[in-house]
Amino acid sequence: MSAPELTEHAIEIVYLISTALFILSLKWMSAPATARRGVWAGEAGMLLAICATLFNWGIVDFKWIAIALVLGSIIGVPLGRVGMTAVPQRTALSHAFGALCVTLVGTAEFYLRAPHVPTFMMAVLSMEVILGSLTFTGSLMAAGKLQEVLPQRPITYKGQNLVNLSLLAIAILAAIILVIDPGQMRLFPIMIAVPLVFGVLMIVPIGGADMPTVISLLNSYAGLSAAAMGFVLDSKLLIVAGALDGSSGFILSVIMSKAMNRSFSNVLFGAFGQVQAAQAGAHEARTVRSATAEEAAQILAAANTVVVVPGYGMAVAQAQHKVREFYDALTRRGVDVKFAIHPVAGRMPGHMNVLLAEADIPYDRLLDMDAVNPEFPQTDVALVVGANDVTNPAARHDAASPIYGMPILDVDKAKTVMVIKRGMSPGFAGIENELYYLDKTLMLFGDAKAFVGDIVRELTGAQHA
Amino acid sequence: MNNLITSLYIFMLAAFVGFEVIRRVSPLLHTPLMSLTNALDAIAVVGAIILAGEHKSTAATVLGTIAIVASTSNLVGGFIITDRMLRMFKSSRPKKP
Repeated sequence: MSAPELTEHAIEIVYLISTALFILSLKWMSAPATARRGVWAGEAGMLLAICATLFNWGIVDFKWIAIALVLGSIIGVPLGRVGMTAVPQRTALSHAFGALCVTLVGTAEFYLRAPHVPTFMMAVLSMEVILGSLTFTGSLMAAGKLQEVLPQRPITYKGQNLVNLSLLAIAILAAIILVIDPGQMRLFPIMIAVPLVFGVLMIVPIGGADMPTVISLLNSYAGLSAAAMGFVLDSKLLIVAGALDGSSGFILSVIMSKAMNRSFSNVLFGAFGQVQAAQAGAHEARTVRSATAEEAAQILAAANTVVVVPGYGMAVAQAQHKVREFYDALTRRGVDVKFAIHPVAGRMPGHMNVLLAEADIPYDRLLDMDAVNPEFPQTDVALVVGANDVTNPAARHDAASPIYGMPILDVDKAKTVMVIKRGMSPGFAGIENELYYLDKTLMLFGDAKAFVGDIVRELTGAQHA
Repeated sequence: MNNLITSLYIFMLAAFVGFEVIRRVSPLLHTPLMSLTNALDAIAVVGAIILAGEHKSTAATVLGTIAIVASTSNLVGGFIITDRMLRMFKSSRPKKP
């Protein structure tokens, strides 16, 4: 065997080890106890693969590789140090970067090979650049909406779906012609430009509440485009990594859309926010019971079990650390405190868990929807902080409600319900929450952070007296 | 053609493995899971490195270099933030010795 052949085989063996490490990495991610080991396995696999690649005989010039690796690391470090509330937009941005990499490599591969591109390679190459470029602009738009540099309200116009679908059809048509005749090189720029526009228009009608689903879907696209790149470069390592990322994104999108009671097509073509505008305000004025922090603290102090239901409003009010003090104060009094986490609480899958973990709330106190719902009937007090639609009992019984059928947290089954809220304005989706009008519900009007702080003061003060 | 079939088999098997492994990930860790898969996806950097290093044309080198920057920033940032998040998850039960 010649030296280049030997090196090539050695590189392939290292890639095989990297692939195994990637799979182990995801396996160890399944539980908090082993998750950090998962990160180390991923890092080791990545390092091995990159070092092995540098031994590739085809590489003649290392200068630009070195500069790019350093530059990428310089950009990457601050992106790894953002605050926990900014994780969703950081994730969207990293989908955009990943898709950019795939699209650029795909473009270069096409022009290096054209017009002699084998049929199958042209097909996967088309898939690579179409998915890559629509994920690039789509993710940038999603990041912009999450960072609130772009308007979060869905923007819709007549014939929107027709325009979007036509654009996609044009891109696919260009791809088909190129597969039949790769010599039609003028079509290649169209196959990149049209999906770039499609990516923007795809996200325009999507509102903030649907972001968890959209981010997961973009994650899946980014993975699939990387797998397609693996087919083009005949890299098994890349195919496996792309397939893992693609299936991860797909599973998360399914979980998210189930949690919102929507189908994919409904998220992408539905423009949720528009439908309910007509519904709001249709109700007669009803009375609610309100309470002060002192009254709330008395009831809480007498309780045995308390379930806190945090929503994104809690994170907006930066109330996590006050909630932690609240948890401490009640736990010291012997009250059993748990947290009920709805799958779409937050701006991306699992976001609320991270926000609460950051505030040092132990993860074994964080229960997901299926685990916590059977516990509500035995719960003395359910305290809702910044959550709204996911607690609305109308989702269970009111077939006319836009959220009918959506899985919710059965907060209304607790013996007493407390809701911290600024005022009676309807939530994100613009739907009245009938939970607020129940006899057992106490409305605690005020800023989440300040109000929880007041309750904590009452609880700890009473203890000292 | 044989290569293609092999690749398709690998893709299919990896997708199934992905499904089975990721289905078991606790919802607690869905955010770190996504940032980890993102970081792993940055393995596309190996394709970009070869493209930039082969120097087949100036344009290809430029595209490859930008692609390395994009994926390296994902790789570095993705691992850092995943580890930062995971360090925050603490149990209320005392650790086993």
